[in-house]
Amino acid sequence: MAQVTSPPKPAEVVSPAPARRYSSDAAGLGRLRAGAFVAPALALIAVFLVFPALWVIYLGLTNYRLTGAAAAEPQFVGLDNFVKAVTDPEFWDSTWLTFQFVLGSAVIGQVVLGFTLAWMLKDRRGTLKSVVEGLVILAWILPSAVVSFLWVALLDRDAGTLNALLGIPGFAWLLDHPMLSIIIFNTWRGTAFSMMLYGAALGNVPPSHLESARLAGASGWQQLRDVVFPHIRGHILTNLLLISLWTFNDFSPFLLTAGGPDGKSEVLAVHVYKVALQNGDLGYGAAISTVILLINLVVAVFYLRLLRSKK
Amino acid sequence: MTRTWAGRIGFYTLIAVLLAFFTIPLLWLAAAPFTSDPTYEVRMPDFTFENFQTIIEHPYALGSLVNSLILAIGTALLVVVLSALAAYALSRVRIPGRDALLYALLLLSSIITGTAAMVPLFQLAIELGLIDSHTGLILILTGGLLPAAIFMIKDFMDATPKSYEESARVFGASPLQIVRHVVTPVVRPGLATIAVWTIANVWGNFLMPFLLLSDVEKQPAAVIMYTLYTEGGQANLRVLSTFGLLYSVPVVLMYLFVSKKYGFRFHGGIKR
Repeated sequence: MAQVTSPPKPAEVVSPAPARRYSSDAAGLGRLRAGAFVAPALALIAVFLVFPALWVIYLGLTNYRLTGAAAAEPQFVGLDNFVKAVTDPEFWDSTWLTFQFVLGSAVIGQVVLGFTLAWMLKDRRGTLKSVVEGLVILAWILPSAVVSFLWVALLDRDAGTLNALLGIPGFAWLLDHPMLSIIIFNTWRGTAFSMMLYGAALGNVPPSHLESARLAGASGWQQLRDVVFPHIRGHILTNLLLISLWTFNDFSPFLLTAGGPDGKSEVLAVHVYKVALQNGDLGYGAAISTVILLINLVVAVFYLRLLRSKK
Repeated sequence: MTRTWAGRIGFYTLIAVLLAFFTIPLLWLAAAPFTSDPTYEVRMPDFTFENFQTIIEHPYALGSLVNSLILAIGTALLVVVLSALAAYALSRVRIPGRDALLYALLLLSSIITGTAAMVPLFQLAIELGLIDSHTGLILILTGGLLPAAIFMIKDFMDATPKSYEESARVFGASPLQIVRHVVTPVVRPGLATIAVWTIANVWGNFLMPFLLLSDVEKQPAAVIMYTLYTEGGQANLRVLSTFGLLYSVPVVLMYLFVSKKYGFRFHGGIKR
């Protein structure tokens, strides 16, 4: 998750000096040395990032298993795994749960909460703002294994703090409402990113426009709709695409419910793990991974086109 | 007048509710480590430090933190050095197909996630004998983080004036000397950023070590934390709470360091 912030830049950004007599290769590196500089990084990326992505497509076309005869001599089975997936109700259940997870926790939860926080804290300075922002960011930066257990403790049926506060001892959140639990958990976990993004976006809305809208008697909602949204439309789209992508690939529901009970919170990320590494059906798991990869590709291409069109 | 009052009450009520939502789950981590006999419920601690004693006596707790440190530092070193070299060359020399390469890297790093690649990475680790190897895990993590790191550090390089390098060259420095003694000091804030970013990523990563390290002695804190609360029997809340706190503190310190030094805000790529 941390990989979402682009790095802070030094305060003074000096524009590159115009190329004069020298080429832009100011140190005189030359193509050969430049190639040698790039090669080690590219080699690692090729072996541990690109190759696995291609290999998963191949594996998805075989009956490769973790153990047994098919482990020694996997056979090419064509599109069998994909046919199996589309006819398997478990796959569709898992896809439907993933859709609920992304829609509930990212598109609705994080966006609404993140925007609300950014809007409320927009013109504030001082302690209240730093305390609220600090806590929201804390939920985002703590290790996922720690926050997952914090929620296990919070939601515990008999001794959990939530049931004590609400006065409903014995209410089994994780057993009876696993999807609701992981959706609220992930909303809590990921809101910081949206809050910061909208915070930055709202800073770009010219205060004079808001002021004239206010003078013209626009209500809070009208100001939002007519002044703010047109200015931050691009940010909203960016935000939606990125957090959907991350939530779609998020493995932390596994840490909270392990997909259970009875697969009732088994989103695709957890489903792949169970099928491939717990049941040992690597071929079928790889086929589902291929589907995930394709969905990621569609979202990412869409996002990159958006970035390019803005430049 | 009434409208502003109603507005204020509404504002503070909503802030209070949101503050409670974000605070309540965290309270346990602050209270339980200092409580002699913690339960799941948050209670006022009696400020004991005995629980930290149990961590010292625990067979894997401290070792796992050391493992996390090895993985984080190892990956950070590799990522910083390799991404800086690559980004410098890509920033200064027009290698054919450079823009397409950068575009492809950005695309790949965002779509090939742990979830999408766990099956082939697991198999690759088996084939290469990298299961239960810190080196193997470091290489895999590095491969995943490098594209984004190259991107970030290239921004710094592009923003650095070339005049320093030009003058060093006029005085007869060799290209490698220039890179070591002129470029590196200038982009040091960028390198520090990449290091912190990598450490934070690896420190919190659960999926990859969970898949690739089965030897308890080699597992990092993320995996030990998970084992502590899922393995059979009554979870030992004294160990869990205290360990969770120790495991979290470095992240918080790093965050405070970064936000104090650079300000923790959005720039460049995201904001465009």
